[in-house]
Amino acid sequence: MYAFTYHRPETARKATNLVAKVEDAKFLAGGMTLLPTMKQRLAAPTALIDLSTAEDMRGIELKGRNVVIGAMTRHFDVANSALVKEKIPALADLASMIGDPAVRHRGTIGGSVANNDPAADYPSACLALNATIITNKRKIPADEFFVGLFETALEEGELIVKISFPIPSKAAYEKFRNPASRYAIVGVFVAKKGSEARVAVTGAGSGGVFRPNRLEAALTAKFHPKGLDGLSFPAEGLNTDIHADAEYRAHLIMVMTRRAVAKALAK
Amino acid sequence: MPKVSMVVNGKKVSGDIDSRTLLVQFLREELRLTGTHVGCDTSQCGCCVVHVNGSSLKSCTVLALSLEGANVVTIEGLAQDGKLHPMQEAFRENHGLQCGFCTPGMIMAAVDMVNRKGPDMDEATIRHELEGNICRCTGYHNIVKAIADGAQKMGVAPQAAAAE
Repeated sequence: MYAFTYHRPETARKATNLVAKVEDAKFLAGGMTLLPTMKQRLAAPTALIDLSTAEDMRGIELKGRNVVIGAMTRHFDVANSALVKEKIPALADLASMIGDPAVRHRGTIGGSVANNDPAADYPSACLALNATIITNKRKIPADEFFVGLFETALEEGELIVKISFPIPSKAAYEKFRNPASRYAIVGVFVAKKGSEARVAVTGAGSGGVFRPNRLEAALTAKFHPKGLDGLSFPAEGLNTDIHADAEYRAHLIMVMTRRAVAKALAK
Repeated sequence: MPKVSMVVNGKKVSGDIDSRTLLVQFLREELRLTGTHVGCDTSQCGCCVVHVNGSSLKSCTVLALSLEGANVVTIEGLAQDGKLHPMQEAFRENHGLQCGFCTPGMIMAAVDMVNRKGPDMDEATIRHELEGNICRCTGYHNIVKAIADGAQKMGVAPQAAAAE
């Protein structure tokens, strides 16, 4: 790891003021990705702004018909929140499947969403639940937030403060894990709100998380695993790597979508 | 150099450190608590698991400076008055180790697991909870047995993890 200067502001506002002043500074959330990346010298910021003491970025609350989660809320706290379990159990379920217990104690929802790893879990929940990413500057709909591999709509120095999730009538997440890293080879989040079904796929797309329109249309017509009968998913545009080729991922998308719908209906 | 202070195994400690110092480096190189191991250095293997403010953490993937004021317990902090912690005792009795390299992390993860899940975990739960800890010798079978046994002993005996 290259040397850097270290800052630890107490609020989100102080953090964004700092990032505007300090050259080449990066925000440090849980550090579950940034620190390993810095150790490999793939990232070398000259300053880190540690958000771990920014109390105003933590916590979970109900606001109208939305569950609003502070960006610095740890995966463990989302997984065990009574409010999340009651209102969006699928989201608590997803958080309980990230990494391993020690990683869940440290990793944060804001860090995961800002990083937009193509195999991360949270981006699929944001997209399928039609979440709004709230930054220090604006509100960004999930559909406009996830731009590409590790790329988001965030501008230089812009900070995710919280994420607002509309409460669905039914939702579930299913993932086929890489047995070593626990990342999704394919993860599918399905959500039904009103008459509309939304589906988001992580781990599979060469451009990161995406919504499979045909599957959404089929599930909007009939929210049941049988609604997917006769459908298949094209392998074009999906990832091929040592863990799985594009054809296998295409197959897994259908299997995980069926399982997720069945799980959503069983709740 | 920035200064960091924390409580490690019940003792107040502090040091002037380079800002890039990881918690595991602070523990091993500054405090000479070499029971916490570095296996993979990429937060996969769990050999470096310690407890920070009561929960398990991979000490190779957290900056020491981030833990200003924190309460840290390492494997050295488990045994009290020369008597092994019930989980350590269970690993010894059940032959839950061969080379022993992963053992400190396994035991710290196991104690954290019992603190969260209670003494009556079934085998599937233990195996699932252990997914962040890798052992290259034993095939996990005796580790799982040791944790089930240690969990029972922790449930019965008064908790020896007094440093928390």
